[in-house]
Amino acid sequence: MAEKKMVNLTIEGRPVSVVEGTTILEAAKTAGILIPHYCYHPGLPIAGVCRMCLVEVEKAPKLAPSCATTVAEGQVVRVYSDKSLDARKGVLEMLLINHPLDCPICDQSGECELQDYTYQEGREDSRYREPKRFNPAEDFGGDVIYVPNRCILCTRCVRFMDDVAHEPTLNVSERGDRALIGKFEGKDLTHPWAANVVDLCPVGALLSKDFLNKARAWELDRTASICPNCTQGCNVIMETRENQLVRMRPRPNENVNAFFMCDWGRLNYRWMNEKNRVEHPMVRGKNGLAASDWEAAISAAARALNGKKVFVAASPMLSNESLYLLTQLMQGGSGAFRVTEGEEAPLPGVEDLALRRERAANVYGAEKLGFNKTKDLLGGLGLGDVLVIAGEDLAGIDASSVARAGDVIVIGSILPEAAGKASVVLPIANYSEEEGTVTNLRGRVQRFTQAKQAPGETRPSWLVLGDLLGAIGKQTNFFLPSEVFAQLASSNSSFAGLSYDSLGFKGLPLVDAPPTSPKAPIAVAAR
Amino acid sequence: MARDVQKIVLRGADDHDLTKLAEYEALGGYKALAKARAMTPEQVTDELITSELRGRGGAFFPTGRKWSFVPPKDKLPKPHYLVVNADESEPGSFKDNEIMARVPHRFIEGCLITAHAIDSEHVFVYIRGEYSGPYEILVGALEELRNRTDIRGDVTIVVHRGAGAYICGEETALMESLEGRRGNPRIKPPFPAVSGVFGMPTTINNVETLIAAAPILLNGAEWYKKMSLSSPKSTGTKLYSVCGNVQRPGTYEVVMGFPFKEFLYDLCGGPLHGRKFKAVIPGGASVPIQNMEEAEATLMDYEGFVAGGSMLGSGGVIVIDDAQPMVTVIARLARFFAHESCGQCTQCREGTAWTTKILERIRDGEGTVEDLDTLLDIGEQMTGKTICVLSDSCAVPVVSGIKKFRGEFEALIQGKRFHPVTAAVA
Repeated sequence: MAEKKMVNLTIEGRPVSVVEGTTILEAAKTAGILIPHYCYHPGLPIAGVCRMCLVEVEKAPKLAPSCATTVAEGQVVRVYSDKSLDARKGVLEMLLINHPLDCPICDQSGECELQDYTYQEGREDSRYREPKRFNPAEDFGGDVIYVPNRCILCTRCVRFMDDVAHEPTLNVSERGDRALIGKFEGKDLTHPWAANVVDLCPVGALLSKDFLNKARAWELDRTASICPNCTQGCNVIMETRENQLVRMRPRPNENVNAFFMCDWGRLNYRWMNEKNRVEHPMVRGKNGLAASDWEAAISAAARALNGKKVFVAASPMLSNESLYLLTQLMQGGSGAFRVTEGEEAPLPGVEDLALRRERAANVYGAEKLGFNKTKDLLGGLGLGDVLVIAGEDLAGIDASSVARAGDVIVIGSILPEAAGKASVVLPIANYSEEEGTVTNLRGRVQRFTQAKQAPGETRPSWLVLGDLLGAIGKQTNFFLPSEVFAQLASSNSSFAGLSYDSLGFKGLPLVDAPPTSPKAPIAVAAR
Repeated sequence: MARDVQKIVLRGADDHDLTKLAEYEALGGYKALAKARAMTPEQVTDELITSELRGRGGAFFPTGRKWSFVPPKDKLPKPHYLVVNADESEPGSFKDNEIMARVPHRFIEGCLITAHAIDSEHVFVYIRGEYSGPYEILVGALEELRNRTDIRGDVTIVVHRGAGAYICGEETALMESLEGRRGNPRIKPPFPAVSGVFGMPTTINNVETLIAAAPILLNGAEWYKKMSLSSPKSTGTKLYSVCGNVQRPGTYEVVMGFPFKEFLYDLCGGPLHGRKFKAVIPGGASVPIQNMEEAEATLMDYEGFVAGGSMLGSGGVIVIDDAQPMVTVIARLARFFAHESCGQCTQCREGTAWTTKILERIRDGEGTVEDLDTLLDIGEQMTGKTICVLSDSCAVPVVSGIKKFRGEFEALIQGKRFHPVTAAVA
């Protein structure tokens, strides 16, 4: 490949060197300067309509829209000159003249770019004395509500549906100051990726019905994580309020999901708030299962294992770390998992991005670690084996097929009905309550972190399994999931060389993963 | 002054029915085309460059140079398109209407010459939807050429009717519209010469610009260049459509540099009985308003109108007399732009409407002194900051109106109503 030509310029006095063809706005980011903007989004074609990103370019007769102006050698750009600031102040005033200023009841408040830039660069008052424009809110279908009075007509939503979802649904209806976002007749925002328009909307005009009036932005705790709902492994932010997961939103990763996530993944978070939890370790006594303490429960589980052949029925939602530790428990036995399936739903505008058929986070990790993917989960369970049920709810499985087991140990967040004869129950955190890594369908290992606290005496799965391994005499000494991962990386050649530090929050491919190309940002001149 | 009103564009149209091919040919029609086709495209373009013909759509860009921007096909192997901007929608402007209705064949000849010059076989004429008369005449003229392959050559001319949006007169919005999309101006670059309509190298010219190509080719660039009474940079003739409070409104063709005072008082017959001229908007709604002092000192060419505090624009002369309240006139102009803004750019979408609301409030006697400063400041925000110049166009009459007729604004703000009768008599 030919060497890319570099262009040198100065932005706010800072020397910048970027690849030829870069826009001033993107070049400024490399110098640590975020030029205020609305219509520009790196995942969408350039529109150049909001006029918010105007900057002064020396020797140019007019202010330049930095999102649509490419860098030139020797260019001197002034982002905060009087002229640039005055122009942006003007745009902000204009954007607000017909805005209802209803921040106190607006879901976007606190994460609104109109608020942010107005506080940053706007006027303290408005000179507008006329009646404000009014249009009623509209249900756009899917998970989306449109509040036109707050809309700044940046057209990000229109461009997403046209150029990324490839399903033209939205348009700009009317013109001039009557303009508003409209739906094509008979169309609704029911595309499986449509809810991304809510994230893309820089203001409170497009709102999620699911999140409507649930929380103020400043009440949320945000955690970088990975969507557990299919094998794509979209990078997400899990948002909690009072230890309840209330929203999942995409986190950009050019190697996995660009800037987006599907509606199904996004809205499928309630299971992580499940209430029917096992909160204490339990050991079977004379009167059936009874609450115990951890020490006694681990000892009881170790006794149950006692050198016997083990069959592990694992959940593909478990982390690489926990699955790895489960393989250490097998003692000559084996492990299997099953996975829920659904229809694949690609996002056509981004290469190799889809809601995948297999709806669990770590299908590929489980296979890589030797678990057998099967529809008949307990098919491999031998008569008299110790059955370890790890994270599996055994839904649809009859108690009689569990009866073949010599003993049953449940390591899970709930107690499956079919596991009624379990002798030990070890309560573990669910996906959103612990830290670990998962491997996506292209062999990319990605870290997820703890978004909320586990209830009761529940412990992280890797910690429980480590203790159990210790109790059956295997040398383990784990204080952190990163240590489990380090042992996995040193014992499994696919994971060789990887560590929590090197994975960071964007992940890395397994050593033997097929090469993938990064999802190039779509940001090129429109049409 | 007959010498100065020499007709080039409309030559022969007073005495002949030039909508008929036979009559046009009898007058030497399509000879310029034959002459052009005997030349190479480069030679034709050079002739136009020498003539110093500048675009008549309002921007006055040198036409020959614009043609030369189209990359040659060996460098960019794509078909070249010629688009004719006949979406004449500027308030006060109706010169292209006159051209297409009276000399359609000369216009077509200009199109074919240009197509030859830019090596194009595809001509799109985007005609204002409301121009049903000129549309019929143009289609009729093209029909006459159906079997005249000696004239048509390999060129296809498509006449496309607009659907009533002023913004589609902006060249890139016109192309969007022509492609079947909403008529929103595009961000440049890319420029039309490289990527215009349907992504192909495109030359886009105004009707009045293209029609000049025929007489220039026929009589030579030097002949055309000599037709200038003032600045040597403005050559040839210009059509003006005159409307408003004047004795003889209509379309006039005069040589560049003709004195505006003589034009208004002699050719157009001066003010209506008992009235006095108060102001002129000389180039269609989007140029600065002139007071009479400025107008009467103006020589009618590109440089002359700039010197006279305005712009030549499209040559749509709107004459305003002393019976007209300026605030009402300006508010009406602003309302037009607010109505026609495509709404893409923030300053234009919000600014045109805001300006209109304030002006109408002042007009209705509800204005405040601060409003004038606000209007001027909004005007500043609307100038030079948007994708196209519609926003600037709205600010221009408002800002120039306040600067030149501030007294009328202040009188209304102070509660004095404008009495047309009293004003006219006074």
